[in-house]
Amino acid sequence: MNVPDETPVVAPGYDSGSVTRKITDVVLARPLGRGWLAGFAFAFALLMLLNFAIGWLLIRGVGIWGINIPVAWGFAIVNFVWWIGIGHAGTFISAILLLLHQDWRTSINRFAEAMTLFAVACAGLFPLLHLGRPWVFYWLLPYPDTMGLWPQWRSPLVWDVFAVSTYATVSLMFWYVGLIPDLATMRDRSAPRPLQFIYGVMALGWRGSARHWKRFKMAYLLLAGLATPLVLSVHSVVSLDFAVAIVPGWHSTIFPPYFVAGAIFSGFAMVLTLLIPVRKAYGLQDFITIRHLENCAKIMLATGLMVAHGYITEMFMSWYSDDKFDIYMTLNRMFGPYAPAWWLLMFCNVLVPQALWFKSIRTNPAILFVLALLVNVGMWTERYVIVVTSLHRDFLPSAWGIYHPTRWDWMTLIGSFGLFLSLLFLFLRLLPAISITEMGKLVLDKKESRQQ
Amino acid sequence: MNQNLYGMMAEFEQTEELLNAARAAFKAGYRKMDAYSPFPVEGVAEVLGFEHTRVPLVVLIGGITGAAMAYGMQYYSAVWDYPLNIGGRPLHSWPSFIPITFELMVLFAAVAAVFGMLLMNGLPKPYHPVFNVPAFKLASQTRFFLCLQATDPQFGEGTKHFLTSLNPIAIHEVES
Repeated sequence: MNVPDETPVVAPGYDSGSVTRKITDVVLARPLGRGWLAGFAFAFALLMLLNFAIGWLLIRGVGIWGINIPVAWGFAIVNFVWWIGIGHAGTFISAILLLLHQDWRTSINRFAEAMTLFAVACAGLFPLLHLGRPWVFYWLLPYPDTMGLWPQWRSPLVWDVFAVSTYATVSLMFWYVGLIPDLATMRDRSAPRPLQFIYGVMALGWRGSARHWKRFKMAYLLLAGLATPLVLSVHSVVSLDFAVAIVPGWHSTIFPPYFVAGAIFSGFAMVLTLLIPVRKAYGLQDFITIRHLENCAKIMLATGLMVAHGYITEMFMSWYSDDKFDIYMTLNRMFGPYAPAWWLLMFCNVLVPQALWFKSIRTNPAILFVLALLVNVGMWTERYVIVVTSLHRDFLPSAWGIYHPTRWDWMTLIGSFGLFLSLLFLFLRLLPAISITEMGKLVLDKKESRQQ
Repeated sequence: MNQNLYGMMAEFEQTEELLNAARAAFKAGYRKMDAYSPFPVEGVAEVLGFEHTRVPLVVLIGGITGAAMAYGMQYYSAVWDYPLNIGGRPLHSWPSFIPITFELMVLFAAVAAVFGMLLMNGLPKPYHPVFNVPAFKLASQTRFFLCLQATDPQFGEGTKHFLTSLNPIAIHEVES
């Protein structure tokens, strides 16, 4: 791995003190900029659009959406799968790459974990809203109800409730535990008394004792070990929501691995979409170097190829099965009423990532940004194609139908960006976006290995 | 000697200095002491005599509890409390109970890891005597501290002299 001419993970000339100053100054010393205010105002406006769309939904019901019979799973499920997929990159970076000793992850893991949390928050909204009566969401949980009923344990939809809520809880705890020592640093570096108090309360009185560190490290490592199979299980369970049904285009054993690869693919695309502007706006190019962008691009290329393999397998299997419904479904995706979506997803997810074979493209932030945006679009379209084209024409032509999203569908989707971006803007403003303790340790280790 | 003394603290600039100081203090017979650093320093907890942490055990218990509870709940409800014939499948259709068993195992183990670690560390603890030292602000940023506690039988008139012999940047008295 350590080729001498490789771009370093941290620009030279930093010690643990200057790393700490640089990261905390983004929050504590930087004045409230016009750029941040404008960005936050924009995100907040979108959030209000979401509020509006949800408010009307609660008054009128899911009939304001484009869903119908046969397409009962419209945008809500597409958006759910898309957002939860994005949420997979954070845990992948912080847990799997930690266990694999990939030290370049250090400067982007906090940010990616935050992105995961906010993406999961957006994802969680959609199935709840799709329930029709979100206020009785607790019917999904096992609780002693007066009718003596239990959830149906054999249904993947019930597994999904447990998988997603476990994932949200574990991601939140993982993120917060990693933040505790950094919150102590924020407490000790902030001058105003109220700020010291707030960061102090959030840091729980952390004082960096050697005994505490030992338990902390062990707990963090075990959390990473637990999160690793968890992240793979979550999207597998999501894919079973489809694969267990008998609808052509859903009923396929390739779904779990293909969904997990797609999730990590779209997650890294979102990491790049966000990191490239953030590192520029906050002058963090010394910590989030070209090396990070290139590594993310490599993971995108690898997972993109897995996704392409999934598409090819699906097409091959429908031909090889000699099942006329399956063959019709494949042809209908390519040439039916939703053909433009299928060709768009092939362009964005299969063709575009091939550019990442070239180092000159992987190391060019502007081009990477555009590529990552296209992959985000492609992965959203993929879920749209899976949900809509499979449902709209299944076995009986008399039961066929067409689905068109309404303006309320669009407002809810666009509004969810508002929720995501508002949380992200607040995070960047209030908390250290890069792990201070891990960076301090990394700089020290690099110095020691140079001296040897 | 000051009665309100929690301990005596030496401040260092390098991790190796902290490690050497902790080693020397342990050799000199000090046991009630702690080291403070902005990031984990490899080996210092072991030098202080803290070899084993029970965090893994707590996590194991949490995971087993979660898995057992989840499987037990599904078995009880599907076989005993509300048996339903779904397409002729056996009531105890164990493969479909595995995903929830797995998820709750992870959930309970993770909760045990986080809360176990915090409780064993005695956190949250908003007040601690070491915070009385103004320079201790640097313990979360750049400096490394070794604190010998006044309750240690070895602690006495010679302690300050001993700490000076370790060549720290500064020595602080910690008010309790």
